[in-house]
Amino acid sequence: MTEHAIIMRAVNKFYGDYHALVDIDLTVERGERIVICGPSGSGKSTLIRTINQLEPIQSGTITVDGVELTAGGDNVAKVRQDVGMVFQSFNLFPHMTVLENCMLAPMKTRKTPRAEAEATARRYLERVKIPEQAEKYPAQLSGGQQQRVAIARALCMKPRIMLFDEPTSALDPEMVKEVLDTMIDLAREGMTMLCVTHEMEFARAVADRVIFMDKGLIVEENAPDAFFGSPKNERLKNFLGQIA
Amino acid sequence: MIREFSSADVLFIASAVRWTLILSAIAFLGGALGGLLIALSRTSHSRALRRMAAGFIQVFQGTPLLMQLFLVYFGLAVVGLPINPLLAAAVALTLHASAYLGEIWRGAIEAVPSGQTEAATALSLSYRDRMRHVILPQAMRVAIAPTVGFLVQLIKGTSLASIIGFTELTRAGQIINNATFKPFLVFGTVAILYFILCWPLSLLARHMEARMRRAITR
Ligand SMILES: Nc1ncnc2c1ncn2[C@@H]1O[C@H](COP(=O)(O)OP(=O)(O)O)[C@@H](O)[C@H]1O
Ligand SMILES: [Mg+2]
Repeated sequence: MTEHAIIMRAVNKFYGDYHALVDIDLTVERGERIVICGPSGSGKSTLIRTINQLEPIQSGTITVDGVELTAGGDNVAKVRQDVGMVFQSFNLFPHMTVLENCMLAPMKTRKTPRAEAEATARRYLERVKIPEQAEKYPAQLSGGQQQRVAIARALCMKPRIMLFDEPTSALDPEMVKEVLDTMIDLAREGMTMLCVTHEMEFARAVADRVIFMDKGLIVEENAPDAFFGSPKNERLKNFLGQIA
Repeated sequence: MIREFSSADVLFIASAVRWTLILSAIAFLGGALGGLLIALSRTSHSRALRRMAAGFIQVFQGTPLLMQLFLVYFGLAVVGLPINPLLAAAVALTLHASAYLGEIWRGAIEAVPSGQTEAATALSLSYRDRMRHVILPQAMRVAIAPTVGFLVQLIKGTSLASIIGFTELTRAGQIINNATFKPFLVFGTVAILYFILCWPLSLLARHMEARMRRAITR
């Protein structure tokens, strides 16, 4: 057992010539809740997508739960089993029912028997408060319900770390709360979480640390009170002024 | 010596339909297998695979089917195999179908939103499981109408096998015409038989396409 959940060291990421992540150093403790914010295009999505290698990096190292991503072998697969991800656009599998969405990965990658996978799926659907939708297809659900299914689907893999990439940005305003409440519950249970979000109420309520990114750099990071109360960086002040 | 066009001749022509169907089935099933490999290669991460598949498609879409038939037919003799019209036609049409189905299915795979692959990858599903359970089932819905449409083209395309001496529907017509010299009657019969094979499939393809369009705009 290592004590750190995620260690990023001198991570650089390029899209062609474009330098999307610049010398990123970031250590996340077990059980820590981190909120990442910053202007559009600043590299927030890219940063969290390197952690399960949806985006490969060009230099540096990323260690997740003691497993070094870039070291080859089946490390990437191991890390992906341990890291759940929730996307802005839900990305549920439209041809499968809610229940099947939640059962697929445990059955295929963890070789969980069907009955057990179904029991687990129903338990997590209960936790995100939509057990009655299990037999429906994603298109029959509201956006907020779909996103909660996406969270349940990720949790069914029993991850130790959860990544959220603007999970409420595609939602109608009246559905934001139900998803944030689900995330707050998860935080209270001690899940290690990295959330890209501009929901500052959420950041104040659950974050241990808030990170501000700009142009591929981590520009400022602090506990929520200091982050919002006494920001130092000019661009951060600007940014907070805009979203307030 | 010219004789009358009799019911026995109609029967002879009609029974050649089975060879048209057999040839179409072989080419379609072989082409489905080849087409899947081509489509997966075209959408893979390996640049070499993508290039090879693209080259294959270009060659077979860029040359007439008749030339492909000739090349395979005479090519069999060159590599020491006996000249066999069915074998030659089956091989050539399979390659032809692989290229076209490969291209249709590549488009269908690419039509599945990239978020689907990302979500499946983040769930640690292997390439095989991603394709099998997430991407291909969704691509299939898009592909089914153009695939049936191509099957119609393929059935009509088998008529070219008559030129290398394979007695399918068209060649059966030619044989009867040579004996009876009733071209309108003979080839009219042949055309009607092709129509009976293809028309229901065309209807099916159009029906499925309309259903797809409704599903998309829903
Ligand atoms: N697949 C890609 N190819 C090329 N450039 C990309 C790609 N993804 C993101 N970028 C660029 O990298 C920068 C950071 O993107 P992203 O991480 O999505 O920002 P954010 O999530 O903070 O809005 C942007 O300038 C974006 O245009
Ligand atoms: Mg983003």
